Amino acid sequence: MGFMKFNEQQLAEFNRLVARYPEGKQKSALLPVLHLAQESFGGWLSEEALNYVAELLQIKPIEVYEVATFYSMYHLKPVGKYVFEVCQTGPCMLRGSDNIIQYIENTLGIKPGETTTDGLFTLKTVECLGACGYAPMMQLGKHYKEHLTKEKVDAIIEECRKNAAVNN
Amino acid sequence: MAVKLLLEKAHIEGIRSYEVYRREGGYRSVEKALKTMSPENIVDEVKKSGLRGRGGAGFPAGMKWSFIAKPEGVPRHLVCNADESEPGTFKDRYLMENIPHLLIEGLIVSSFALGSNDTYIYIRGEYAWIVDILETAINEAKANGFVGNNILGTGFNCNIHVQRGAGAYICGEETALIESLEGKRGNPRLKPPFPAVKGLWERPTVVNNVETLSAIVPIINMGGEEYAKIGVGRSTGTKLISACGNINQPGVYEIDMTISVEEFIYSDEYCGGIANGKRLKACIPGGSSVPILPANLLLKTAKGETRYMNYESLSDGGFATGSMMGSGGFIVLDEDQCIVKNTLTLARFYRHESCGQCSPCREGTGWMEKILHNIEYGKGKISDIDLLWDIQSKIEGNTICPLGDAAAWPVAAAIRHFRDEFAWHVNHPDESQKRNFGLAHYADPIYVPVTA
Amino acid sequence: MSEQPLFKVTIDNITIEVPAGTTILEAARKIGGEVAPPTMCYYSKLKGSGGKCRTCLVEVSKGSEKDPRPMPKLVASCRTTIMDGMEVKNITSPKVLDARAGVVEFLLLNHPLDCPICDQAGECHLQDLSYEHGKEKTRYEFQKRVFHKVDLGDKIQLHMTRCILCYRCVFTADQLTTNREHGILDRGDHSQIATFIQKNLQNDFIGNVIDVCPVGALTDKTFRFKNRVWFTKPVDAHRDCDKCCGEVQLWMRGDEVYRVTARKDEWGEVKESSKGSTGWICNECRFDKKKVSDWIIEGPSNINRHSVISQGHYVGLKKPNETLSKVMQGRDPKLLMNIHEVSEVNKENIQLSLLERPAHSNDFNQ
Repeated sequence: MGFMKFNEQQLAEFNRLVARYPEGKQKSALLPVLHLAQESFGGWLSEEALNYVAELLQIKPIEVYEVATFYSMYHLKPVGKYVFEVCQTGPCMLRGSDNIIQYIENTLGIKPGETTTDGLFTLKTVECLGACGYAPMMQLGKHYKEHLTKEKVDAIIEECRKNAAVNN
Repeated sequence: MAVKLLLEKAHIEGIRSYEVYRREGGYRSVEKALKTMSPENIVDEVKKSGLRGRGGAGFPAGMKWSFIAKPEGVPRHLVCNADESEPGTFKDRYLMENIPHLLIEGLIVSSFALGSNDTYIYIRGEYAWIVDILETAINEAKANGFVGNNILGTGFNCNIHVQRGAGAYICGEETALIESLEGKRGNPRLKPPFPAVKGLWERPTVVNNVETLSAIVPIINMGGEEYAKIGVGRSTGTKLISACGNINQPGVYEIDMTISVEEFIYSDEYCGGIANGKRLKACIPGGSSVPILPANLLLKTAKGETRYMNYESLSDGGFATGSMMGSGGFIVLDEDQCIVKNTLTLARFYRHESCGQCSPCREGTGWMEKILHNIEYGKGKISDIDLLWDIQSKIEGNTICPLGDAAAWPVAAAIRHFRDEFAWHVNHPDESQKRNFGLAHYADPIYVPVTA
Repeated sequence: MSEQPLFKVTIDNITIEVPAGTTILEAARKIGGEVAPPTMCYYSKLKGSGGKCRTCLVEVSKGSEKDPRPMPKLVASCRTTIMDGMEVKNITSPKVLDARAGVVEFLLLNHPLDCPICDQAGECHLQDLSYEHGKEKTRYEFQKRVFHKVDLGDKIQLHMTRCILCYRCVFTADQLTTNREHGILDRGDHSQIATFIQKNLQNDFIGNVIDVCPVGALTDKTFRFKNRVWFTKPVDAHRDCDKCCGEVQLWMRGDEVYRVTARKDEWGEVKESSKGSTGWICNECRFDKKKVSDWIIEGPSNINRHSVISQGHYVGLKKPNETLSKVMQGRDPKLLMNIHEVSEVNKENIQLSLLERPAHSNDFNQ
């Protein structure tokens, strides 16, 4: 693996993010820059990626580690190509999220926190994502999949598999 | 049909775009405010409107604005709190997704009133696609002279930036939000100093909820006094309620705070009744942090009067027999739901979201979750119920930020009103794994003593 | 600069005058004794510290002369400044005592209580706090939290399970060194002090994190398991040091220097040095100067007589007649007893430290 660096387009986005804050307050861009790094470097943040972000923002590495470990959206270990983040909080539970989680576990043969052996799917249980009226639901990448049923879960898995096959 | 101020135009085809929004009368309040009013006038109008913060605490918005310090030569900032994370609440998302320009419009007027030249929208990280919607709206507004430098030729500059969070409920607390916006862990700050004096980058800052800032638009358009005529008492204007749980029509509704809770749940205009023909057991009327109420206390107050969907009526009876308006996250539980299970998921939520900074919250939330877990799975003891009560009382009021209270209240209320269901779980460890306690007496009429 | 006005404040019915801007806690410390609330995270020498542990909560029963309304909640006295005419209740408020007992219970919830093998025992603020403000029993019946071991190098020992997350060591690294390498990782009940990457802490002043740690989470590795603090005698000493004030406390036994620390005041904080600045000491003085000849000894340190450390160490007191040596005609008494000869319990051939679980009576029957 080569040395981790943003490409030109990613650097342009980095500069756009930093430009929003007053001079000397570039640390404020840390959260969005970590998102950018996660998207750019394979869906997770390695130690190397975190150090690179620290260097770019001219802050101490520990300041980046502290933040990266605090927020739940940063993955600090490799994850599957598709991460199913299923909500399990009260309102979703009332609408049967437990069954959906169980169904995904059975279908994919993994427990929450695990990744399928083909590296395609990771299952995570998460806390309230703000879609309580459209429960049960999960986040998949940038978007929400709502009103989940077993059939819908099947369709989502199928679609992911198809997309993965096309992209390979 | 009730008055609608925020969502009136939300369903017009193409309202997300600047053109349609403008054609429907959008950005009038910016013209009115920037060209004919002074910042002080605007603050006065907001004060007159009686608008209360829509994020949960219900603090008068105009008063909050008037606290902002104005030291010479120090920039001030307005920050929009779009970190909507309270379980049961999804109204801000609805507003931003469907009618983003309304928020942008409110932000410009509010920024002008507060003197903020760089205004930030801090949006929860999971709402990733809404960031695009907002940025598109901002760019459109900029292209049309409503955002950026010298807005409408008035010499007022205002840029709006969208900052994405990364998964932390605590960042909805305003000082944690500011910390996060500074690129730090979302640890709430100790107050004082308050953000109005030392906020973002130690500069005077006002943090307001999405719905609050959107409500500025109708307030400026119609005037504070007119706005205050809508609603009742100190619950002025309209409120977005996001209804979810076991109802026929979950969704976001704009109400004028004069309707009864019963009407809200059962009328077809709103929730459309309990799903699958079941009966109402309980409800958390204002987002997961507020006290849960059994059906009988939800529809009627302890005095036997009708309970209405407004700040005062929902809190009638205090925590003993009432609840709170909170953020407007209306969670309905039908007769087949288990209160212990529901309380457990909320306790788990707060344990997961505690920042870990102060000891009562860091240690207490996890302890409560563990005990609830035991009770739910048939391993509880009768003494656990009193222990839970004691733990929540040791957390409440003793933490740095309101998350401690938010974690304590749901547990307290569940025990207060549903103690026999907890006891049943303990006394019937096997049976409780197979069936639910059911509705029991929770919808029975309340005995109201007649006084002379 | 204009003179600071003096404000009147009453704490537990004792009234004093303090400059405006003083915190309730500092005012209470001026009164002293039990009126001063206990602190686990606040450290007057570290900017930004305090407010987190909640042990110093007090009740403000009167806001000020101008606005006499009481404050609705208990407040952290370390971060609340006094107002003129303010009335505060600390040990006179049952509410405060109840909340404090709750905080102690929370702090001990996941604390391993491994005092018998902890080097901090005897000078641990959590021990003092639980003894003075806690209850005798815990109601927690679950497994305690454990962490992966983090190695901070050959000088500083980190025991994360003992940590109460006071953040003092983070402030210390921020304020005494230019490149902080450790911090608070993760959040909520699994927050921890760590470096993220396995890294030795290396900075001339990083050793001070040991002195600020209120519990045994950060201890001196060069002193590890060498002795119990109450067996050692603290003496004040100094040396010419080009990095720090060079004013330290040596913890000695006989002629041997077991440990070097900064000097502490009555609140357990590092004292001011004779030059007026805070008496932080450098790593060289702390870890490398372990010979009596490295130091100029000033004399025995003053230790609070209630402290366990003061045992066997009687400054300013008349020594009792040493009758024993007279009986033994000048020879020192010696202990010549082998414990295994009189005790059935701890047999020489049984290595308790190799057991992976608590010892059982069966283990002794082998």
